[in-house]
Amino acid sequence: MNSEVAAFFSPGDFLAILPEMVIAGMACLLLLVDIAVPRTKKCVVPALAVLSVAVAAWFSYELAGSGVSAFSGMFVLDGYSDFFKLIFYIVAVFAILVSLRYIRTEEIDLGEYYVLLLFSLSGMMIMASGTDLLTIYLGLELASLPVYALVGFLQKSRKSNEAAMKYIILGAFSSAILLYGISLIYGLTGTTQLAAISAALVTGDVNGPLFTLAVIMLVAGFGFKVAGFPFHMWAPDAYEGAPTPITAFMAAGPKAAAFAVIMRVFLEGLYPAYDSWQMAIAAVAVGSMVVGNITAILQTSIKRMLAFSSVGHAGYALLGLVAGSEEGMASVMFYLFVYAFMNLGIFGIVIMMRKDSQSGDQISHYTGLGKSNRLTALAMLIFLFSLAGIPPTAGFIAKFYVFMALINKGMVGLAVIAALMSAVAAYYYIRIVMLMYMREPEKEFALASSRGLLCVLIIALAAVVALGVYPGYFIDLARYAAFPL
Amino acid sequence: MEKLFFLMFAAVAIASGLAVVTVRNPVHSALALIVCLIQVAALFVLLRSPFLAAVQIFIYVGAVMVLFLFVVLILDMRKAVLQAFPPVKKRFVVGVILVLSAQMVAFVFLTPMGLGPAQGWEPTVESIGRVLFTKYLFPFEVVSVILLAALVAAIVIAKERQ
Repeated sequence: MNSEVAAFFSPGDFLAILPEMVIAGMACLLLLVDIAVPRTKKCVVPALAVLSVAVAAWFSYELAGSGVSAFSGMFVLDGYSDFFKLIFYIVAVFAILVSLRYIRTEEIDLGEYYVLLLFSLSGMMIMASGTDLLTIYLGLELASLPVYALVGFLQKSRKSNEAAMKYIILGAFSSAILLYGISLIYGLTGTTQLAAISAALVTGDVNGPLFTLAVIMLVAGFGFKVAGFPFHMWAPDAYEGAPTPITAFMAAGPKAAAFAVIMRVFLEGLYPAYDSWQMAIAAVAVGSMVVGNITAILQTSIKRMLAFSSVGHAGYALLGLVAGSEEGMASVMFYLFVYAFMNLGIFGIVIMMRKDSQSGDQISHYTGLGKSNRLTALAMLIFLFSLAGIPPTAGFIAKFYVFMALINKGMVGLAVIAALMSAVAAYYYIRIVMLMYMREPEKEFALASSRGLLCVLIIALAAVVALGVYPGYFIDLARYAAFPL
Repeated sequence: MEKLFFLMFAAVAIASGLAVVTVRNPVHSALALIVCLIQVAALFVLLRSPFLAAVQIFIYVGAVMVLFLFVVLILDMRKAVLQAFPPVKKRFVVGVILVLSAQMVAFVFLTPMGLGPAQGWEPTVESIGRVLFTKYLFPFEVVSVILLAALVAAIVIAKERQ
């Protein structure tokens, strides 16, 4: 390797991106495998997809804690990125497992489905590790582009097509806004590297109105990606129209990745300008909690309801960022970890309700589930309690730590609003519990369970209960993984 | 002098950009987009990036816009032409846009721009290639994966299934 090249990267840098290379490489390979295997043996593709995630996870585990910065400071392997990659691996594997039967029922059983999931996963991983606005943006695009197609995967459904159309147009629009913000930051500081931006903010005089404009654009662009108010308009339609496993994946995976990026950008790159972005983020957080939770009450479709609930959850998680402390960061990381399990779990049950002609996506379809299918209803109950934040589930602990981070920074007002909004949220979650247990079933339930789906439900249930009763280990892990401010 | 040229190109770019979204006929709006893209290419020349300017004209004006026009010709746009967009009062929308743009222009002019043009940088194809494969190797490779994923996604969406 000549000296000119060596100035920018070394062979060791490729070791750092090994997990990403495994996922992207396997996605390419699976395209070919899909063509090669006969129609009856199509389960090879999802099996290989799960295997490649496992291999990538193993590489990540081996590389964990090395703290390497690669490709002239564009990519980093730190505890923070490792923690988020753990979430992504879990979400990806769960999404694949819950899809197995569903995509056969919907007759969208194509190998490309899993390939696109893997591409999206690789993008999310790059987002978590990106320390340069350029890599962060590219990771964001790589994570979202396949999801646009996956949302529209139900080719025969008008709703799915409409959802994909709306999502891709608004997604492109928000990317443009984000890029505008990034270009302003670059113009003001002369760099796209987060550490250098932070240094430029400390030394240089950049706190002008143009910087405010840049911050507003970054908040708007990222706000769209996490579906925070008022940039959440796409979420209900996209969540409702998408195949249900993809809805679950979107709400847990790319959303967590967007949070990883937001915290990295605002707490590492723009931390010296904390005062100028804190209010903007707080406004988005409060708006998301209020609008998400109140609108969720009015929904009749469970997928739309969960979409608005996920807007509300984005609001709670953003509060941890508003706190602007290491504790706040760790609380968001733990929140997203817990949210992945409860979200996949509850969507797993929604997927189970989809069988033959039964669509199972209306809230009324759950009437009397507790009478005929006790275990399923019990699992649903626990996931709903966790989403509502009722002890002793993990959802409670997650919210508790976010509120604690706020209170420790003296932002009691925000914590009070958040607690009030949790009470509002409890109403629509518990309404489903009422429907399940207090009413007689109207007809026989047909549940589409499969081994993959049951496996996900059991793990998610165990995690939600275990993290609620004994959260210590993972909270310590999140604290340890948070980067120092 | 340079500033004069910048203002000229930028003004035409914005005007043609507005035309893209305001004219009713989709063919006219595609043509306006071509004008807009050529102005942006001219801005790249002003920024001393002739390579980018050439690429802009080859790819956007040459390839992408021709594809656009083909799609416009294939689709039956007559109905879309007649529909008004957006559904709310036009005055309201124009008002909001004007306020936001005024705010943005004010922000831009209120901020002193301290940074000059990039130093020590030869805008040749050779130096762009050099930078792409050294400093920006990783983003470059990520872009290639994005393009592949987009390709797969587009085919999956458009393909007729049995």
